[in-house]
Amino acid sequence: MLATFVQAIDFEEERLFKGNAGTITIRVLSSTDISVFAPTITGFLNTNPELNVEYLVVGSADINTLIRQSPEQYDIVISSAMDLQLKLVNDGYALQVDTIIHPEWAQWRQSLYGFTLEPAGIVINKQHFSNIKAPTSRQEMIEVLRENPDTFKGKIATYDVRQSGLGYLFATQDARDSETYWRLMEIMGSLDAKLYCCSGEMIDDLSTGDMAIAYNVLTSYASARADVADEIQWILPSDFSNVMMRTVLVSKQTEHRKSAIAFVRYLTSLAVGNPTAKEFALPSLRNAATQGSVISLEPGLMIFLDRLKRRTFLNEWESAIIQ
Amino acid sequence: MSSSVNVSGSLRRRMALSLVIGVTVLTVLLFFIIRLYATQIAQQSQDSILRASVTSMLDAAAIRDGEVAMDIPYSSFSMLSTPEDDRIFYVIYQDGDLLSGYDNLALPEVHSDGSVVFRSINFMDAPVRQVSASRVLSGLNTPVLITASVAQTQDNLAVTLRQITRNAAIIVAGFFLLAMLFSVWATSTAIAPLERLTHSIARRGPADLSPVARPVPSEMVPLVSSLNNLMQRLSRSLDQSEDFIAEAAHRVRTPIATVRSHAETTLQRVDKEENRRALRAMIRAIDETSRAAGQLLDHAMITLRASQLSAEEIDLVELMQEMVRSLNPIAEMKDIELRFQFDSRVYINGDPILIQNAVRNLIDNALKYSPAESVITITVRKNPKPSIVVNDHGPGFLHDEKTGLTDRFARGRNSSGTIGSGLGLTIASDVASAHNGSLTMDNNKEGGACVTLSF
Repeated sequence: MLATFVQAIDFEEERLFKGNAGTITIRVLSSTDISVFAPTITGFLNTNPELNVEYLVVGSADINTLIRQSPEQYDIVISSAMDLQLKLVNDGYALQVDTIIHPEWAQWRQSLYGFTLEPAGIVINKQHFSNIKAPTSRQEMIEVLRENPDTFKGKIATYDVRQSGLGYLFATQDARDSETYWRLMEIMGSLDAKLYCCSGEMIDDLSTGDMAIAYNVLTSYASARADVADEIQWILPSDFSNVMMRTVLVSKQTEHRKSAIAFVRYLTSLAVGNPTAKEFALPSLRNAATQGSVISLEPGLMIFLDRLKRRTFLNEWESAIIQ
Repeated sequence: MSSSVNVSGSLRRRMALSLVIGVTVLTVLLFFIIRLYATQIAQQSQDSILRASVTSMLDAAAIRDGEVAMDIPYSSFSMLSTPEDDRIFYVIYQDGDLLSGYDNLALPEVHSDGSVVFRSINFMDAPVRQVSASRVLSGLNTPVLITASVAQTQDNLAVTLRQITRNAAIIVAGFFLLAMLFSVWATSTAIAPLERLTHSIARRGPADLSPVARPVPSEMVPLVSSLNNLMQRLSRSLDQSEDFIAEAAHRVRTPIATVRSHAETTLQRVDKEENRRALRAMIRAIDETSRAAGQLLDHAMITLRASQLSAEEIDLVELMQEMVRSLNPIAEMKDIELRFQFDSRVYINGDPILIQNAVRNLIDNALKYSPAESVITITVRKNPKPSIVVNDHGPGFLHDEKTGLTDRFARGRNSSGTIGSGLGLTIASDVASAHNGSLTMDNNKEGGACVTLSF
């Protein structure tokens, strides 16, 4: 019965990582691609061979729904949507782990642990910018788009903030920081910007040349893609850039408390250490490329999840970008 | 001299105990007051932030395009950040219909007059502080009542309270220690005048019955004035007694002497043998009475003086020499030789009148019991103790009655036929003990009594 119910969920990716003597299986619900996270899980299983890790990938908004529906099904939750993760903790879905020592700024309630620092930036297709100076700030991007409407019409990519939790987080933080965001959205809307669910797909379309410029893309994804390094280039806006933390929490209803905590401890110790790319494919907390402002883990994040606030924000966003 | 006093408790202990109990009660009270007060302040600060949060939410409510829009500012929640990462919950109602937030967060009764309602409840298994307020929007045809409520867990408050409790405990412990030291100081300060008075009275000579002149605290005035009063009465009474004894001696001795001289004269004139015999018996009885009266008065005087011994330095040799000289005529009448000897000058502190009196009684005794033509030796010795020894050649003491002889009116069995009141040895013994000395009675090997008065 239960198995069929689990089967019914449409995961984007799923893989069972087996330890050498794996008996207990911990289920990790994550918004991070398997390819990015596989080295870390392998490293974890090397030190904990008695465990298996079932890694299930789904969008950050779906993670929120799944956990609230059946919290007992999952042991670990990893997501890039900091606001949704924080609200899960606030609403009591996370286990408080007092034994993990982690920097104060990168954790909330000893329950939610940030383990990456990933700035959002502008990614361009180099070919399209052979004759145009690549923008280094939002203001320059607005000017570039305004001066070359024909080049960029239909070739601008950004998150569909209605679908993507991470996109919504970046958009709301942008809107908090500066009014420039709305001017940028308006001009992107006037040039028929294409909306995406995920950073990965935006980078795919940028590398083929279908898209010329993408806004608010995780630069960590762009820099991790060695296969497209020749076609694309990522830029951190010089005015400001928001830095997101991927966060992990242990489900309060986990049946494998010790194993789940061991997993989080392994992950957080990697994050504060100096991991090699083989161990940890994401930018750790000691990542130097963090000249942006780290989105802090605080209750303010939950404001944009409010129904009324979200409706107001999305109305404004839609009227700017869908014209 | 140290007569026993009934003791009931100790003033110092009673005072220290009341101070300790008082300080302890105050300390405990202080601890709870500080804690209560600090708790209130901590709760007030949480309340004021919650009030600001709910107010800023309500301020953001507006009617836009015919419906309620609420662009809640980021600060509404971010201002609720605490070091302990407290959880926050909220709910917004429009005329009783859920608009947004946690639908299971119950609302208290909120009046629409802008008042803010605080309460402490449990929500999602955690104690929370909830603040609720409402606001009327009048953009539509009918006014709309928006009610908002924000609740926050109290983890940070609990941590603050723990710190406050610890600090309060430290402060209060310090206060307790200081108060204890103060109590010790206060107790000894309060007791000090009493101790000074005690010392000044204890240090006094026995004859010093002057009133206490040193200033005393007002609380001790009744005691000291009673004491002064008592001493004054005692002094007066002692003076009166002394006067009375002196007066009595005079009043008793003179008539007796007169009667005796009359009897003597009559004896000269009477020729009849049986009348003469009766008169001699009468004279003898008068002598006995005179002597007894004299000794009784002496004894009274000695008792009086011994109780308030006024010591001065006296030269025993000189004193004794003078006395032997004065007694010589009486001795010669009985054909007895008084021989005085000393090895060196001896000085002691004592009452010369008492000592003279004691020794006169001893010599009197010796004169009474010594046979004629015998020698009574009075020796003053310096070693081993300053002492005066009277040796005679009388019958001596009976062995079994030496100790009892110093009792009042006790007379030896071999005293019949001699005049005596039985007070002589008693007086000598009293004088000896008034000077912290002793009186020993013994018999010489070659016969005769040997009485030693040593100091």
